[in-house]
Amino acid sequence: MKILMCISHVPDTNTKIPFKDGKPDLAGVNFVIGPYDDFALARAVELAAQHNGTVTVLNVGTAATEPSIRKALAIGANDAIRVDADPQDAFFVATQIAAIAKQNNYDLILMGRESSDYNGGQVHGMVAAMLGLPCVVPCMKLDVAGSVATAYREIEGGKEIIEVALPFVAGCQEPIAEWKIPNMKGIMDARKKPLLVVPPVATDLKAQTVHYEQPAQRGNCKMIDAGNVKELVSLLKNEAKVL
Amino acid sequence: MAVLVFLEIEDGAVKRSSWEAVAYGSALAKQMGKETIALAPSAASDLAHAGNYGASKVWQAEISVSAESIADLVAQAADKASADVIVLAKSLMADLAAPMIGIKANASVGTNVVALPDLSNGFVIRKSVFSGKALADMKLEGARKVLTIKKNAVGLTKTDAQANVETFGASVGSSKITVKEKQKQTGEILLPDADLVVSGGRGMKGPENWHLIEDLAKTIGAATGCSKPVSDIDWRPHHEHVGQTGIKVSPNLYIAVGISGAIQHLAGVSSSKVIVVINKDPEAPFFKSADYGIVGDAMEVLPKLTAAIKEIL
Ligand SMILES: Cc1cc2nc3c(=O)[nH]c(=O)nc-3n(C[C@H](O)[C@H](O)[C@H](O)COP(=O)(O)OP(=O)(O)OC[C@H]3O[C@@H](n4cnc5c(N)ncnc54)[C@H](O)[C@@H]3O)c2cc1C
Ligand SMILES: Nc1ncnc2c1ncn2[C@@H]1O[C@H](COP(=O)(O)O)[C@@H](O)[C@H]1O
Repeated sequence: MKILMCISHVPDTNTKIPFKDGKPDLAGVNFVIGPYDDFALARAVELAAQHNGTVTVLNVGTAATEPSIRKALAIGANDAIRVDADPQDAFFVATQIAAIAKQNNYDLILMGRESSDYNGGQVHGMVAAMLGLPCVVPCMKLDVAGSVATAYREIEGGKEIIEVALPFVAGCQEPIAEWKIPNMKGIMDARKKPLLVVPPVATDLKAQTVHYEQPAQRGNCKMIDAGNVKELVSLLKNEAKVL
Repeated sequence: MAVLVFLEIEDGAVKRSSWEAVAYGSALAKQMGKETIALAPSAASDLAHAGNYGASKVWQAEISVSAESIADLVAQAADKASADVIVLAKSLMADLAAPMIGIKANASVGTNVVALPDLSNGFVIRKSVFSGKALADMKLEGARKVLTIKKNAVGLTKTDAQANVETFGASVGSSKITVKEKQKQTGEILLPDADLVVSGGRGMKGPENWHLIEDLAKTIGAATGCSKPVSDIDWRPHHEHVGQTGIKVSPNLYIAVGISGAIQHLAGVSSSKVIVVINKDPEAPFFKSADYGIVGDAMEVLPKLTAAIKEIL
């Protein structure tokens, strides 16, 4: 089984986003594999181990993303491809991923549910539509038997148990697997694993950010005594007008 | 030339969030001098009400619903209507259908849009990025756009106008995904659509105390949510988990009980209108991002709060 695992390289969720000259200043920010992608990667490695398969990590990004790619290799992916380009919008990224997928026959194309920088949640649906493949999002559990997968898909207020034949695209979220932390051997091995750098294919740009803003801060929190919950109720009703 | 709005149907009626999408589409159509056409995947009792929110007509198809089939349907309707803009209310189904529509209908895609676009210099949408830590204005290129809009992206005003419902014949592919079983709570208010939300964290100590959260929620007609560790340890189902890696809510009122206020939790709630925090630790970070706070033990404060609300309702 050949798995293509698409990872994004995003600011650590623990960090604030500093602003400089009216836009996010990410120079000093720590970058990580997108948290949803990290869940998907953990499952990809487990599935490959169960089915004697391979995991190819794919990132569309500049050389700055290589620490995240090496980390994915250290977690257990077999090899990696980096499409050498600044990922400008979801359509651009999806076009690159679809181009790589067309050159190789993957049984599974796994992604996260959304990237945590631009929170688009678009790349998986676009790749699936470009390749004419089914798409399972948000995928919370994934097992493969032969050429058929069983998955849990979240729906509003619950979940569905679904079946789908390989190949397909999935956008994953917990509890699909536990995040994996690379061990020393993994880190050493990762240095020797192949990382292919390829140029992007040409496409149009469909979206670009023209302006950023910092969200409005909330005013001071009004504290109410625990013995006086009636005051809170009255404030919610008369001041905030939400009850 | 038109704005096309997709209507999501649940239990035989149009979802309220889809009426917001119609209102959004109509406000936009007005600015652009276009017509608003609503598109339904199947029959529903209230399709003609699309007129209340500004649609001139409703095209009613009869398809078996999946993200793939919705994308096919919308692409065909968009061509027939010569649609410039396609609007869907954000939902788990629409989240996946929209990027597929982008490819099938050759549209640029804007997801999680929070306001009407600015048309003064192209077509510029506003959305939150970096999980709520910044807002971005994005210019969408091309002649056609597809948008998913978040709750409260536009005010909901209503008239008595009715829309004409016409049949729309579509040929859509069947989904290659087979649903074996559906597990869905019925009769509950769904978290993403809720106006009011009561959430509990690890400070609730265990699932046996959740009736306190549920009593308050029931009293005010709120949906219930939780922090990530609470769903990780199975005190609550995963679909209630709010935050960076869970559901992002934007209700009028978010009450957080026994939740510390980690940055990843805040990512899911920061666009709530009013936030109330109940926590026994006065230093809990959540108080810095709240409008009203009570320092106290949830087990004591919650029953009192529920009782006090019952008195005024
Ligand atoms: C990549 C990543 C993604 C994440 N995504 C999410 C996410 O989507 N959503 C999310 O919630 N978290 C997420 N987290 C986890 C997050 O960092 C926190 O660990 C989590 O939100 C803490 O949950 P909590 O507040 O319930 O528990 P705790 O941090 O343990 O806080 C419990 C709180 O309850 C209070 N308390 C205790 N007893 C009482 C009592 N009797 N009465 C009142 N208050 C009491 C305590 O003072 C404390 O403030 C993520 C973490 C990472 C690294
Ligand atoms: N630059 C990228 N390179 C590779 N995969 C990506 C990239 N950006 C996004 N993805 C994948 O697409 C998923 C959805 O991303 P998005 O549509 O940006 O929210 C992510 O969880 C990743 O798995």
